[in-house]
Amino acid sequence: MYRKSFAKEIDYLGYDSVAIVAIISLFVGAVVTIQTALNLDNPIIPAYYIAIATRESIILEFSPTMISLILAGKVGSNIASTLGTMRVSEQIEALDVMGINSPAYLILPKILASMIFNPILILLSMFLGILGGYIAGDLSGMITPPDYVLGLQLGFRPYYVAYSLSKTVVFAFLITSISAYYGFTVKGGAVEVGAASTKAVVTSSVAVIIANYIITQVVLGN
Amino acid sequence: MIEVRGLEKSFDDNNVLKGVDVVFKKGKTNLIIGRSGSGKTVFLKCLLGLHLADKGSILYDGRDSRLMERKEQGKLRQELGMVFQGGALFDSLTVRENVLFPLQMFADLSQSEIMDRAEFCLSRVKLGDAGERYPAEISGGMKKRVSIARAIVLNPKYLFCDEPNSGLDPMTAVIIDNLLKEITEEFDITTVINTHDMNSVMEIGDHIVLLKDGRKVWEGNRFEILQTEDPNITDFVFTSELFKTIKGVAKAGRK
Repeated sequence: MYRKSFAKEIDYLGYDSVAIVAIISLFVGAVVTIQTALNLDNPIIPAYYIAIATRESIILEFSPTMISLILAGKVGSNIASTLGTMRVSEQIEALDVMGINSPAYLILPKILASMIFNPILILLSMFLGILGGYIAGDLSGMITPPDYVLGLQLGFRPYYVAYSLSKTVVFAFLITSISAYYGFTVKGGAVEVGAASTKAVVTSSVAVIIANYIITQVVLGN
Repeated sequence: MIEVRGLEKSFDDNNVLKGVDVVFKKGKTNLIIGRSGSGKTVFLKCLLGLHLADKGSILYDGRDSRLMERKEQGKLRQELGMVFQGGALFDSLTVRENVLFPLQMFADLSQSEIMDRAEFCLSRVKLGDAGERYPAEISGGMKKRVSIARAIVLNPKYLFCDEPNSGLDPMTAVIIDNLLKEITEEFDITTVINTHDMNSVMEIGDHIVLLKDGRKVWEGNRFEILQTEDPNITDFVFTSELFKTIKGVAKAGRK
């Protein structure tokens, strides 16, 4: 049953987010490339610097942090409202009466599913963001495909990808555990479930931003 | 049999239960009645182990739940069935999956035996053809029946119901009452029902306990309730003209 519940959460919290992550990443990658190109129009600066800037922006910040904030909104509100509704409709008490450890059954699969699946989403986001930049640069004529590919390869540090994926795991834990806490501890009715959902999104977003600063300072600051 | 001795429960300064002593017998429908705020729900939650009592003991066939090891408490939980006020069905599961859920979690049976048991319980509550529907697609009365099926699927020794008739029309309420009574007698369960519904009291009340301000103030059966002159009962039960008339007829019949 726990395995089934885990698979369900992968579906709800992971697969269901693929479309929104893909669309946002593709377009933001395109916009980053265009804006970088507009700000690097000095003929002395090689065009491939546009691709370098796009790559670093996408891998270091946009994909791990911005996508995590978007997931905090989508997944966080989903978790808080689902658990909150289960609480006010006595479904959690029903599990307790059956002798089932309700936090372990309801919350743990959500945390594990997000911690495992979010890095996959972020990898997808990195790929699509960079692809979006490639397409936009080519369509607008601001950077040629060979220059873009050259820029992507120059000075590429795989460590940055590992760093980004590591912080994604931390963000996934923060988003799911904070949202689950607010949903699980709801008292009252529909209004309180709505309020818990809002608090979950706000608190987990702030937690992601603060954790991002701390991790960046610790890992890249020296 | 469930034996409750000197049960006390407080929340901060609010003493909700002030020493309740009562025995609920096996194979009987035991009803707890009382005004809102009299402590019925807290009492039921103490019986279920959802609230820990401050003082007193609850003996399930002589076994004190507070003195049990964790493993024994887990076993005891599987002997308890609960029908919640709103049904508390899992929204994301179909009716059949809701009934299968406790079996899949706890029963040491083969898949075909599990399916057979779930089908038996669903057909016992006359919902054999609703297995593929979701809770949102069925009526309030059907939800209660699914909840009953889920509660009895592990062959519980003790069945608890919190306001099983709330929000139901009178005909459906009678169906639920009769179903609970039949199941209690058929499976020889100790059933404890928390209710406000005086029709239930008159229909299925083998043993009725009146709580007032956290204390037991009266107990008897559905026949005794018509004959008693105890002001606690007359003030609580016979406030409407209908029940005053019923009591009058019952008295005249006795004479």
